[in-house]
Amino acid sequence: MSDFKMIAFTSFPQYQETFKTPVFEEDGDEMDLDENGFLESDELKLAWPGESLTSAQAYMRGHGTYVDNDEVIASVAGVVERVNKLITVRPVRTRYNPEVGDLVVGRITEVQARRWKVEANSRQEAVLMLSSVNLPGGVQRRKLESDELQMRMFFEEGDLLVAEVQAFFGDGTMSLHTRSLSYGKLRNGQLITVPPNLVRRLKSHFISLPCGVDLILGLNGYIWISKHVKENEREGEEGFDAEAVYSNRNDNIDDSTRIAISRVANIISVLASYSVPLTDTILLEAYEWSVEQEGDPKDLLQDHVGETLVTTVTARG
Amino acid sequence: MTSRIEILNAGGYRSDGRRQFELRTIEIDFSPHGSNSDGSATISHGLTQVSVSVFGPREAKMRSQTFHDRANINIELNIAPFSAGERRKRGRGDKRVLELVQTLKSTFEPVIQMSLYPRSQIDIYVQVLQQDGGLLQACINATTLALANAGIPLFDLVCAVTGGVHSTSPLLDLTQLEENDLPNVTIAVMPRSGKMALVSMETRLHVDRFEEIFRLAGEASTVIHGEIKRAVKETTANLVDAMQPGKSSAGTNAENEY
Repeated sequence: MSDFKMIAFTSFPQYQETFKTPVFEEDGDEMDLDENGFLESDELKLAWPGESLTSAQAYMRGHGTYVDNDEVIASVAGVVERVNKLITVRPVRTRYNPEVGDLVVGRITEVQARRWKVEANSRQEAVLMLSSVNLPGGVQRRKLESDELQMRMFFEEGDLLVAEVQAFFGDGTMSLHTRSLSYGKLRNGQLITVPPNLVRRLKSHFISLPCGVDLILGLNGYIWISKHVKENEREGEEGFDAEAVYSNRNDNIDDSTRIAISRVANIISVLASYSVPLTDTILLEAYEWSVEQEGDPKDLLQDHVGETLVTTVTARG
Repeated sequence: MTSRIEILNAGGYRSDGRRQFELRTIEIDFSPHGSNSDGSATISHGLTQVSVSVFGPREAKMRSQTFHDRANINIELNIAPFSAGERRKRGRGDKRVLELVQTLKSTFEPVIQMSLYPRSQIDIYVQVLQQDGGLLQACINATTLALANAGIPLFDLVCAVTGGVHSTSPLLDLTQLEENDLPNVTIAVMPRSGKMALVSMETRLHVDRFEEIFRLAGEASTVIHGEIKRAVKETTANLVDAMQPGKSSAGTNAENEY
């Protein structure tokens, strides 16, 4: 991935008597700090912790920066972004930062009183309230005591689910909801984890590939790859079937679908290891390319095949 | 007791062929060693090699350890039995390991912006692979790199370096051989502000010599900072580049500079 090595041989030819506090020296490549020229060019500006960006008098500090001594200073390694007078640094690699409305895939870690704890690659575990899930016997109804007692009937520890970020609590914990028929428990497939910044916001995060595979691209970097379920076979609004929605049993999955699922999973892990952002078009192209090669899905994990895949797909994109 | 090997010979060379103020070769590698760590780094100072994995900020395993207003930092350090010349297994409760962990923790607590992640935990796992002097220095530098790689907000990139003195001549970046014989001091600097994050001395040193070494080590840390900064910059540029295929970005420029 981003591995590289470097070798430096450094020496001190002479020892200077006068010593100043070790202040990091400005290189020639420093960002243009000129009042007018700051971040005007199209080029991406990179920053790293401790890098001075601009004066705090003229600009406001945003995420990934702090102010010290009237200077805005980066606190993470990443890309500098500016909106009017607001300077932010977007880290290249980080955990998932939730926003309201995001689609996430998560795993239940704990069942508590009237709530589940969900691990969703964020800095804290998310909360799924009992009042934010669809319950059997009608979508809209009050939660009864009996529901509280049988919470494990709906979600158990270890279950995977797809949900939407509903709100935040005071301490920044996110609250999820599954009050839509497209959300809920996941089955018939496999989970793949990628760095969250590789999943861009799309029009729809539910993708159906023509090879009979459904994809759910969680914005937290968790991706669910499963067997395609036909529209008319989905658990409908009218006959909201709790048995089916909260079922723990997989359907029968035939061999060709299993191969297709592993092929998509391997494609995603290869693309992720080369830090290629995932979109439906790229995945589709990669899938077609991989089928053309007439190899097993496992061949994709070989270094040279993976490299060819990435160069082919990114060149076309 | 004197060692049979001359620390500094008449020609001004040390036992490994370096000059007085010469640092050892620094190698930095960011390739992930676990499958799912949030950030990782391996640094070698000559023959000393330390590898660090960072997980988090994430939900704390033990709720009693969390703070409502800031993150909790958990550091675990393991010294591989094969890392030193003499094979030795250190248990979890080993005094030397506990002390190193405590030193690392107090060095990084003021540097990590912990207040951004209340009730969370940041796990730092340090693995010592090879020891040849300057263990603390390598641990600190590797941890800085891994934290930066994990995208955890830092006030600065902390850089550490060891200095020692042979009779009256100061030396930098000591090997195990030199460290055994010479009084030495490890300092960690926050290069932007020039503040000291750590000054650690486990040997006795003449007070007249201290200032000289201290200043010299301060200067050496700027060189280490240059290397660390360059590594962080390069990996950032590569990642940004990969994220937008087809576009010529800052990545190519950053690579051309060197």
